[in-house]
This record gives sequence, C-alpha cells and structure tokens, in this order.
Amino acid sequence: MLLAALNFQTFSDAVGLGAIYALMAVGIGLVFGVLRLINFAYGQLVMAGAYTLAFTSSWPLWLSIVACFAVVVGLSLAMDTVVFRPLRGQSPAVMLVTTFAIAFLLQAVALIIDLRDGTIGEVAASLTSLNAPVTIAGAEVRKITLVSIAVAAGALLLLALLLARTTIGLHTRAAASDFRTARLLGVRANRVIAFAVVLSGMLAAVVAVMMTVTNPLVTPDFALRDTIVVLVGVVVGGIDRLWTATLGGFTIGFVSGLINGLLPTDKTVYLPSAVFVLVILVLLLRPAGLFAWGRRAAFERV
Amino acid sequence: MPEPLLELEGVEARYGSVPAVRDLGLSVHPGEIVGLIGPNGAGKSTTLHTIMGLVPLYAGEIRLRGKSLRRRSPEAIAREGVALVPEGRRIFGDFTVEENLRLGLAGRRTRNGGDPLERAYALFPMLKEFRRRSAGALSGGQQQQLAIGRALVAEPEVLLLDEPSLGLAPLAVDSVFEALREIRERGVAILLVEQRALHTVALADRTLVLVGGELRLTLTQSDAHDTDKIVAAYLA
Repeated sequence: MLLAALNFQTFSDAVGLGAIYALMAVGIGLVFGVLRLINFAYGQLVMAGAYTLAFTSSWPLWLSIVACFAVVVGLSLAMDTVVFRPLRGQSPAVMLVTTFAIAFLLQAVALIIDLRDGTIGEVAASLTSLNAPVTIAGAEVRKITLVSIAVAAGALLLLALLLARTTIGLHTRAAASDFRTARLLGVRANRVIAFAVVLSGMLAAVVAVMMTVTNPLVTPDFALRDTIVVLVGVVVGGIDRLWTATLGGFTIGFVSGLINGLLPTDKTVYLPSAVFVLVILVLLLRPAGLFAWGRRAAFERV
Repeated sequence: MPEPLLELEGVEARYGSVPAVRDLGLSVHPGEIVGLIGPNGAGKSTTLHTIMGLVPLYAGEIRLRGKSLRRRSPEAIAREGVALVPEGRRIFGDFTVEENLRLGLAGRRTRNGGDPLERAYALFPMLKEFRRRSAGALSGGQQQQLAIGRALVAEPEVLLLDEPSLGLAPLAVDSVFEALREIRERGVAILLVEQRALHTVALADRTLVLVGGELRLTLTQSDAHDTDKIVAAYLA
C-alpha cells in the first residue's frame, strides 16, 4: 500500500531535495576536510544568501544572483579570517561550539535587519515561476526539481574535476587527508583553506537560490532545520570523506522527501521523528558511516 | 670551509616545560651527509621537527644560508629549500604515485624546463613504471623511495630524513642508503636521523650521537668498525 502511494512526482521531489542536501553536505564536508571543523553556521550562510535575493528582488535576476554569491562567499571568508583562523588547532568541541555562537549571532543580525520594516520575513520571489510543473512521460514534475538535479549534478561534476585535475585541488585533497604532511611538502595552509571556504560558500549560495524557489518567505531561521538534517546526513554517510558525506546528504534528503510523500497530509508532523528513528538505526548498525565500506570506524567507540 | 647551508646553534626545543633537545649545535654543508643517531627519546626527530617549524624553537638559532628560520611556518621552510622525508614515510596512500610526486612540487622554488618529476624517476625508475598505481599498493621499500622522490622533486638544498630504514627489509635498506649516496653527489646537504648506527656512521661524513636531548659525541667514518665506541656513546 505504501509503494502504491509512491508516485513519480513524490520520487522526483525526493531526488530534488536529495540533490540540494547533497550540495549542502559537500559544502560542510569541504570545510571539515581541511579544518576538521563541523560548521553549524552553514545554514546561516544559506540564510544570508536568501535574504540577499529578497532584498535585491527588484534588481535584474542575474545581478541579484551575483549579489547573493558575493555576500555568501564574502561572509564565508570573513568567518574564516575572523573566527576559524585564530581558533585553528583548538579541539573540535571548541570549534563546534564556536560555530553555534556564529550561527546565533548571524540569526540575531538577520532579525535586526529584517525587522526594520516592522515585520518578520522578506519575500524572494524572483524565481518562483520555477515551481510550475512540466509533463514528462505523462507525469507532472516541478521545474525546480529538474533544475535542482541538473544544477547539483553540474556543480558536483565541476567540483570533482577541480579537485582531481588542478594543482590547488590536489593540494586541498592532500590537506584533507594529512594536513601536517601536506604543509611539510610546501602546501600553503591558508591558500587551501581559503579555496575550500570559497567553494563551500559558492555551494551555499547555489543552495540559497534553489531553496528560495520552494520557500520564498525568508526568515532568520531559513535553512536552519535543513542544516541540522544535512549535518546528520553527513555524519551518517561518513564525514571524513567528501563522497560519503555527499551521499549521506543526498540520502537523508531523498529519504525525507519519500517519507514526506508517503505520510498522509495530516501526519507530516511526524516526518522528523520518522527520519531520526531511521538515523538512530543506521548509526547503531554502521557507526563508521553508512557508506564507509570495509573501513575502520572514523571515531573509536567507547 | 665554505659557509654551511644549514646551521643549528644552541638549539633548545621543549614539549610543554620538558626540554627534548638542549644546546644543540650542528652544521651541514652542500654535498655532505651528517648522521644523527641515539637511543629512543634522544631528541633526534624533535631536532628535525624544530628545523621544519613543527616544534617551536625555545632557544638558540636555526639558519639556512645564514638566514634565520625562526617563527617560519613549515610550508615556508619547505619553500625555502628544506625537504623532510618524515618518519613512517607519510605517503598519501589513496593517491597515485604520480600525484604524490606532484605534491612534492609544492615546495619547489624554481621552475626549470622539462618534466619536473624526472629527478625522482631518474633515481628510482620503479616510480615511473608504477606512476599510475595507488601509492598505498606499493611495498614498504617502494613507498620509502616514493617519499624520498617526493622530497627530491622540490629540488631541495637540504634534505632531512627521519629514520628512512625503519621497517624495511635489509635489501630495501641498502637501496635507500645507496640512493642517499647519489643524492649527496648532486650537492644536496643531508641530515640523516637513523636507528641503524653502524650503517649511518659508515655512510655519513660525520655522525652526531644524541643522548637525552644533548650532543654526546661526534663520530667519523673511521669509527664505523669501532662498535665498542658507538655502544659506549649510547650507554654513557
């Protein structure tokens, strides 16, 4: 009976959500690779991008998107320079708690800026036309789903090429694998970290553009819930490798999308519970990560 | 004698408040191998790590071509022409042999024409043959050749090696020591940390015995067969 409810539209929406979450997972995984830092404030980068789109919605679309990229990448670099760099080498717990602080700070700043007009929430509606459906083989699919899948696939392919074929990509992979040895070989720490931070920021900007299509009302907690879900997905997939983290992000987005489609409309409130029950089961069965075949656990179990 | 390439003067390095190396002085000239031997915990690796900027210099001075390396980052020191072949080789096992060698180019100061990896291939032809293979699939001896090759493509003036013979079969040890002879002939200054005392004394132009973080004795090649003297230096 459950499978009967799984129609093509539910499936394609789930893939679309998985694609967006995969991009967020790569963004988080890239920075984790070089800084060993789980950036909880990643969602606030997406939020800042979404607000930029809202505030510039009267501009030409391309300029609005360029502004979104500029703000998010600028904010990422500022975060690295002002906070992450002085804290480099601190314990992961210190770094994680610091990113909580940044997340709340950015939310508070967003609230102040947002409240200038006396109401909470700004509308970023430039791209809402992408919510219109197109018919593929008799089934209706929203344009944004196709765009999300295409953009995510393109971005991931580009990133894979950058990491595999360029010198800075090689240096970044080496730094993610063994930072100390990479530095001993002459790999410039600041350069690879800036590279990872910029790429991660660009992915957050892409995510901001796509998320405002389905969720045009931008509030200070924009993308917060998604970030928590993606962080869980990244850990479930295996955070110490980019591709397992990405698969983890995709999987949790895809599964959330499916469960959302399968639950009766009045029961969607149970979606997070259902997803996190699955997460606990996965972590109990595969603590090293869902996709970490034949490898040691990333963290020692006590 | 010309000015040394690498010079340590009164070097002291500490882990917390515990001194690991005290008042160490040494110099290495171009085309010279200086050995550094001593029991476990003598401060041999710490000395190399201090030169590379991984361990802060507590007191004293480290100079490259007369210029202080104090407070420089490891990558800056690598880019100045000092290469370290670390203990345990630290190759990137998931990367191909060629990618590992390309990483070595990060520390290169000048760009000469031709294939920059040729320097490593000429010394270890095996690396060229296996260049597309995963580095993790190489044997221990081959991985050590890769680690040395990776350091050489940066065209360093000073090569630091931290126990390159560790865990290798006797034949592989011989090939590593033979490679060091060839590298010395190219005019590179080599500082070699080793546990194999007799091998090292026989190869190096001078060998310093480090005990408890302090320089105990300097041996020359003529001491290579004087096992008693070497053992006494360790135990004294």
